[in-house]
Amino acid sequence: MLKIQGVHTFYGQIEALKGVDLEIKQGEIVTLIGANGAGKSTLLMTVFGKPKARHGRILYEGRDLTRVPTHEIVRLGIAQSPEGRRIFARMTVFENLQMGALCTDGSTFDEDVRMVFDLFPRLEERRTQRGGTLSGGEQQMLAIGRALMSKPRLLLLDEPSLGLAPLVVRQIFDIIKKINQAGVTVFLVEQNAFHALKLAHRGYVMVNGVITMSGTGKELLDNPEIRAAYLEGGHA
Amino acid sequence: MSEMTTSHKAASASAVSVIARDTLLTAVVALVLAVPFIGLKSDSVGTALTLVTRWPLMLAMVGAVAAGRVLVSLWRLRSAAKAQRATAHTAAGDAKASLAAWGNSHMKAIGFAGFALAVVLPFLPFSNRYVVDIGTTFLIYVMLGWGLNIVVGLAGLLDLGYVAFYAVGAYTYALISTQAGWSFWVCLPLAGTFAAMFGLMLGFPVLRLRGDYLAIVTLGFGEIIRVILMNWVDFTKGPDGVSGIPRPSFFGAPFSRSAPEGVTTFSDLLGIEYSSMHRVVFLYFLILALAAITNLFTLRMRKLPTGRAWEALREDEIACRSLGINPTNVKLSAFALGAMFAGFAGAFFATRQGFVSPESFTFMESAIILAIVVLGGMGSQLGVVLAAFALVVLPEWFREFEQYRMFLFGAAMVAIMVVKPTGVMGHREPTIRLHPVGKSKKPEAAR
Repeated sequence: MLKIQGVHTFYGQIEALKGVDLEIKQGEIVTLIGANGAGKSTLLMTVFGKPKARHGRILYEGRDLTRVPTHEIVRLGIAQSPEGRRIFARMTVFENLQMGALCTDGSTFDEDVRMVFDLFPRLEERRTQRGGTLSGGEQQMLAIGRALMSKPRLLLLDEPSLGLAPLVVRQIFDIIKKINQAGVTVFLVEQNAFHALKLAHRGYVMVNGVITMSGTGKELLDNPEIRAAYLEGGHA
Repeated sequence: MSEMTTSHKAASASAVSVIARDTLLTAVVALVLAVPFIGLKSDSVGTALTLVTRWPLMLAMVGAVAAGRVLVSLWRLRSAAKAQRATAHTAAGDAKASLAAWGNSHMKAIGFAGFALAVVLPFLPFSNRYVVDIGTTFLIYVMLGWGLNIVVGLAGLLDLGYVAFYAVGAYTYALISTQAGWSFWVCLPLAGTFAAMFGLMLGFPVLRLRGDYLAIVTLGFGEIIRVILMNWVDFTKGPDGVSGIPRPSFFGAPFSRSAPEGVTTFSDLLGIEYSSMHRVVFLYFLILALAAITNLFTLRMRKLPTGRAWEALREDEIACRSLGINPTNVKLSAFALGAMFAGFAGAFFATRQGFVSPESFTFMESAIILAIVVLGGMGSQLGVVLAAFALVVLPEWFREFEQYRMFLFGAAMVAIMVVKPTGVMGHREPTIRLHPVGKSKKPEAAR
C-alpha cells in the first residue's frame, strides 16, 4: 500500500533520513520504533511532503507522493495524527471533528461522527467542551478521532502514547487495534517499543536515519538486542 | 479556634508584607519616571531657558500611583478570596456560570437589540445632526473593526497596515468619480475589488511570515501606500488630496434643494420638504447597511469551511496541513476579504467627506482599528462594537475632557490588561451549540 524507497531527507545541510526503505501492506499494523532523534517523525512528515524527500520515492498505491502538495495528500486517503496531538484548543470537541472532515464532501459526516464516538465514548460525553480543557489522553483520542474523520485507508500515528499514563496508553492501543480491525491500515511511530511491538504485525527499528532491523512484532520483541536497547527498565 | 485565628493572622500579615513590597516597588519606578517628566520642567523666561522644579506636585503624583497600586493589590486579594469561596460554595460558582450562560445564549438577542437601536436612532427625539454624525463615524469604525477582525481575530494574522486598504477604497472612488464621473453605486464594488487585489498583493509576500515579522511587513505596507498617495502628485494630487467627490444619490435622486432639468430630487421623489438632514441620515443608513453586511458575512463565514479554516489556522498551522487545508489559500482569502471590507468602508468615507487626502490614512488609524479588535477580544463581533464605542464615541462625547484623553486611554489599557487580558469579550463562541448527551441542562456544572 505504501512503499518508501531510498528516501533521503535533509534539514538544511543535515541529513536526517539516510536512505530509508520500508513497506506497509494493506490491512497491517506496522510500527517504527527508535530512540529520540532517530528520524521517526521526520519519516512521517516526509510522507506528507514537509520536509520534502530530496532523493527516493514514496509510492502510495503506485502513485509517487513526493510530487503531491501536502494538503492534497489527505485527499488520497492518508490521515495523520501528528506528534504532540495538535488539536485546536479553543474549538470544541465537535468542531475539531468537523475540521477533520473538511476535506470530505460531508455526505457521510453523521455516520463518521457516530463511528468516532463509538470508538471513543469519552469524546461524546465531552463534545461541547473545548479541546484545550481535555486531559492528555482525551486530547490524544480527539487527535486520532479527528484524523479518522477524513475516512482514511491508511492512518499514520506519531507517538500516540506521548506523555500519557500507562493505563491510558493501554486504552489507546486497544483502540488502535479496533481501528485496524475495521479495515484501516495503521503505521505507528512509537518510542514505547513494548506496546507498539506487541500490537503490530510487523515492525522496523530506526537508528540515526537508517532502518537497522525489521521483522514481525514478535520476532523483534524476542530479539535480545532490541530487548537491551529499547525494552530494558520497566515496560508498563 | 485560637489556632485558626493565628493562621488567619499569619496569612493577613504575609498579605500586608506582599502589598507593602509591591507598593514600594511601584513607588520607586514611578519616582524614577516622575523626576524627568514632572519634577523638572523647562520654562522660558524672556529668551533664557530656566529649569523649574515641581517637587510637591511630583511627590503627590508618586503618592497617587502608590495608592493606586494598593487598591489594585487589595482588589486582587479580594477577588482571589472570592474565587476560593466560590469553589467552596458551588452555588456561587453556579450563579456566575449561569450569568455567563445567560450572556452567551442571549448574544443574538443583544445583537438584534443593538441593531434595532441603531435603526431607530436617527428618529429619536434627541437625535440631531451631531448625534447622527457621531453614529456614522462610529459605524465606519465598527465596519473597519469587523473587517480587520477577519484578518486578525479569525485568521490570527497581525496586520498593522489595515488602513492601506481603507485608503485604496477611498481613492478608488475619489479618482474614478472625479475623473470618469461614475456613480457611487458602480464604484462601491470596484473599490472593494481593488482593495481585495491589494490585499492579495500584500498577502503573497508575507505568506511565510508570522507574528512580529508579519506585523512589521504589514506596517511597512501601510506606510508605502500612504507615501505613494502623498508623492504621486500627477495621479493622486499628492498632499492636496482629491476634492469635489460626488455625494451619493438615492438611486439616482440627489439630495439637494433643486435639481437640473429632468432629474427629481430625493425630497420631490418622496413628496416631502427638503431638509439637509436627509443626506446625513441617508449616509448613516448606508454605513449601517454596509456594516450589517460585513457582520452577516463574517458570521456566515465562520460556519463555512473557509471561515473554520481561518480559525484553525490561527490555532495550529501544522495540524491544518495534516487535515488537508491549504494554508496559502486560507491566508490569501483572509487578507483579500478583510481588505475588501476596508475598501467598501473607504469608498463610503470618500463620499461622506467629499474630500480625501493622505492625512486621513496615517498609522494612527491602523492603530485605532487594531486597538478596537484587540480590546474587544479577538474574533468577537460584539466586542468590536463595544470597543469601537469606547474608543470612538466616548472621546467624542467628552470633548470637554480632551486634556485627559490620553490619560484615560492609558488607564483603560492598564485596566484591560489587569482585569481582562483577552479583551472585553475574549471568549470564543462555538459556531454550533449542541446539547451534551444525557444532560439537557447545566453541562458545565456537572463536570
